[in-house]
Order: sequence, then C-alpha cells, then structure tokens
Amino acid sequence: MRKQNQEKFRWNRKHLLGLKDLSRQEIEFILDTAGGFEQISTRSIKKAPTLRGKVVVNLFFEDSTRTRNSFTLAANRLSADVVEFTKKSSSVSKGETLIDTARNLEAMGIDIVVIRHNAGGAAKLLSRHIDACVINAGDGFDEHPTQALLDVYTIRQARQTLEGLKIGIVGDIAHSRVARSNIWAMTKLGAEVILVGPPTLMPAQVSRLPVRVSYSLDAVLEELDVINMLRIQFERLGSNPFPSVREYSHFFGLTVDRMKRAKCDLTVMHPGPINRGLEIESQVADGPNSVILRQVANGLAVRMAVLFLVNQGAAEQAKKKA
Amino acid sequence: MKVVMDEKQIATSLVDLTGRIAAAVPDGTDIAVIGIRSRGEILAQRLARSLSARLGVTVPCGTLDITLYRDDINEPRGNTQPTVRSTEIGFDINEKIIILADDVLYTGRSARAALDALIDLGRPKAIRLAVLVDRGYHELPIQADFAGCTVDIPGEQTVEVRLTETDGIDQVIVE
Repeated sequence: MRKQNQEKFRWNRKHLLGLKDLSRQEIEFILDTAGGFEQISTRSIKKAPTLRGKVVVNLFFEDSTRTRNSFTLAANRLSADVVEFTKKSSSVSKGETLIDTARNLEAMGIDIVVIRHNAGGAAKLLSRHIDACVINAGDGFDEHPTQALLDVYTIRQARQTLEGLKIGIVGDIAHSRVARSNIWAMTKLGAEVILVGPPTLMPAQVSRLPVRVSYSLDAVLEELDVINMLRIQFERLGSNPFPSVREYSHFFGLTVDRMKRAKCDLTVMHPGPINRGLEIESQVADGPNSVILRQVANGLAVRMAVLFLVNQGAAEQAKKKA
Repeated sequence: MKVVMDEKQIATSLVDLTGRIAAAVPDGTDIAVIGIRSRGEILAQRLARSLSARLGVTVPCGTLDITLYRDDINEPRGNTQPTVRSTEIGFDINEKIIILADDVLYTGRSARAALDALIDLGRPKAIRLAVLVDRGYHELPIQADFAGCTVDIPGEQTVEVRLTETDGIDQVIVE
C-alpha cells in the first residue's frame, strides 16, 4: 500500500507552514519519507550529502532548545550549513522588522528558513516575502507542524496505524500550538481526538474543531489508546486558569494510579520538556508505556525529511518556471 | 519494442554470473550481495540465493536506497521525482566483499551514488559491480565487474528489465 502511495504521488510544496492545509496523502508521504532517514542516525557515519551547499537559517524569535537543536542536527546530518539567529543577539533588538531581517539574511544567499515566532501566522507572512523555503517551527498559538508530524510518526511506529485510535490530548489546549497541529494531523490520519482539560484552558472556538471535549480525565481515561500530556506552560499563563498546581495535578496529572485504570497498552506521549510530578508522574514518564524519548529521536528523522522535501519542492517549482 | 533477453536467457545469464562471482571470491572471504533500490533489489535476492547454493554458505543480502546520494537531487528531471526509501542492510559490511547488484548499467551515476552510500556504512574489503545488462554510454569512469549481457543502446532508447517478482515475467526489452 505505502509503496504504491509513494510512486504515484509528487511533492510540490516548498514551505511547511502548518498541517491544517495538508492532505492526508501529503502527511503520509512525509511520514514515509522520514522512514528513510531513520537509519542515518544509527550508523557510524551519521551524515548524507543530500543538502550539501545549502544554507539553513534557524530564525528563532522565541526561546527553544529542543526544536532548535533538532533542526540544527537534522540539517547537519544532511550536510547543510546552518546559521543560528537569536532575537537577543540580532538587529531585531534594534528595531528591525521580521521581513527586513529575513530579506537581509536572504541577500546572503540562504535556501531554507526555519522560523519560530510568538505571533501566529509569522511563517506564512514570511513565505510571501522571500524566495527561500520556509519551515514553521512554531508560530504563536497556531501550529507547530514538525512536532505533530513526529508525534504521529511515533504513534504509527507504536501502533502501526492511527485509523480508529482514540487519542487524548490533555492540558493547556488554549495556549498550545502543538495541540492544534496534533488535531489536524491525527484526525486527517483517521484517529478520534479527545481534548481534555479544565474549561479555562480550552480554546474559545473549540466547538469548531473536529474533536470531542472532556473536562474530566477520569471520564475518558479508560477508552484512550494514546495519551498526549501537554506541558503546563507557566510562561504563557497570564491569569490563573486553575486554583493551584496541586489541584491541576490531582485532576489532570497522569499518575501511576490512573495508569492502572487505563488500557494496559496505552501509549504515553509528551512533547517535552516535562514538569515531573505535575502533568505526569516520573514512574509513568519513564515507564514501559512511555514513548517520550522515541518522540525526540523520531523528531530528527522527521525534520530531515521535511528539510529534504521543501528543498525538493523548491526544485520542482523552479523546473515549472523554466 | 524489442526483446533483448527472454526468460531463458536471463536464467542462463544468472547462472553464469553466479559462477563468475563465486570463482572470483577467494576462499574464506565473507561475501554479501547488496541491491540498489528498486530493480537491483530483486536481482540481489536471486544472486544471494544462487551464490548461497553454490558456495554452501548463507550469503547475506541487503537493499540500498541511493536517493540521498544522487547527483541530480536538486534538479529533478523528467516525470519522476526521487523518493526516499529505507536502506535495509541487516549485517556489518566491514571487511566483506560486497557484490553491488543493479539491473542496468548506463550512465554509471547510480553506481557512483551507491559507492558513496556504501562507504558511509562501513569499509568493505572490496566492492564489485554486477549488472544484468550493461548498455554502454557510460558518463563516469565506472565499469561492471560482472555483466550478464553487454549491448550498446543509445540514450534515446530505454531499457526495461522486467522480473517475475514485480512484473510477472522475466524479460529485458528495449523501446
């Protein structure tokens, strides 16, 4: 099935801005392609010459260690050169706009921009103003497509398919771009998504999303096949959405006790970094059901695949113009 | 359409290739066959089987995907887009004689990419190239060590190797 799928399909996108606009076939194509990159990280020479001579810019307007390192390593493994850009050490702190910053970088001859920004739609805006490929590494509360891709890749690895699975996304849905991209990817691949959290952490327009909502974890726990525990992002919580951390943990934390009531093969995920003992207990995070570290390893393969594919998409579009 | 090799000729040719490869491998040296995806894969499996029978040892077999090593990756031509698949080599290639198998040798660019890909996986004792058809018109200084059939076929024609496992028939045709 997968082979046939690949042979007929042609990848044409030079940007990866979000998963909302991608078809099921496109998402599956990225996942299949990522499969071919997995072994690079396991052999002694962890490098292929595929993007030799290409320049990737990590344009991060928000703090990030995991995603940034993952993209840097992915680009390095494909032999691209990487320019690191942080807000603090740049002209942005001198008042330069996003577009001007990007255009200046582009004037130096870059090929791919990986952007993280606190404003939703930043990646899309950028893609309209520069010729280079744009990969969204998180924009505001909108999307974080590569995180969702590595999540569904990991689920597919653990469960073969997402078709028919019930997946719970638990926590701060309102402030989570990971949750948004997850919803698009998982539902497109045939899973049922159940958002779980206190009403104060649900997005305002939640009824418009293709999901079920539960304000109680215990009410849905037993029917879940996969659970994705989101991090409580203290840095984004302005008001007080829950009375205390202990209370949140009591109602929505994934504890050893709750694991006893869940399906015995429940797949436990977390996008990291973990607040141990808050949204997830240590024994669960490190336990046999957890695929948290596999998510990180798969992130590399998925990001290599995305870097490769946007570059392919750029070549396709250049060919069409010529 | 012209049939260059039929079922019988392919069978004879594989027996012949097996004999020549076996004769060229010194006693006590480990040998393995690696096919270039996707047509070389099946040829490699057949060669590994016949070599195992001939040498009385199990000759391991693997598949190499060369997409990441292609020299035209930034300029896709024609109607095909290169697709990344997985490399499946479940054994250590260090110190082995590797028989690199492909269906057709033409420009030599696939073989070049395969050599680079293999060397990133380890340091074999030697790499030998075995193909079913050497159609000439090479663009790189790469020659086959073992060729089932050698014919000069200019670039405007295409050579297609059909194998039972994927196409239901063993046949080499020129169009």
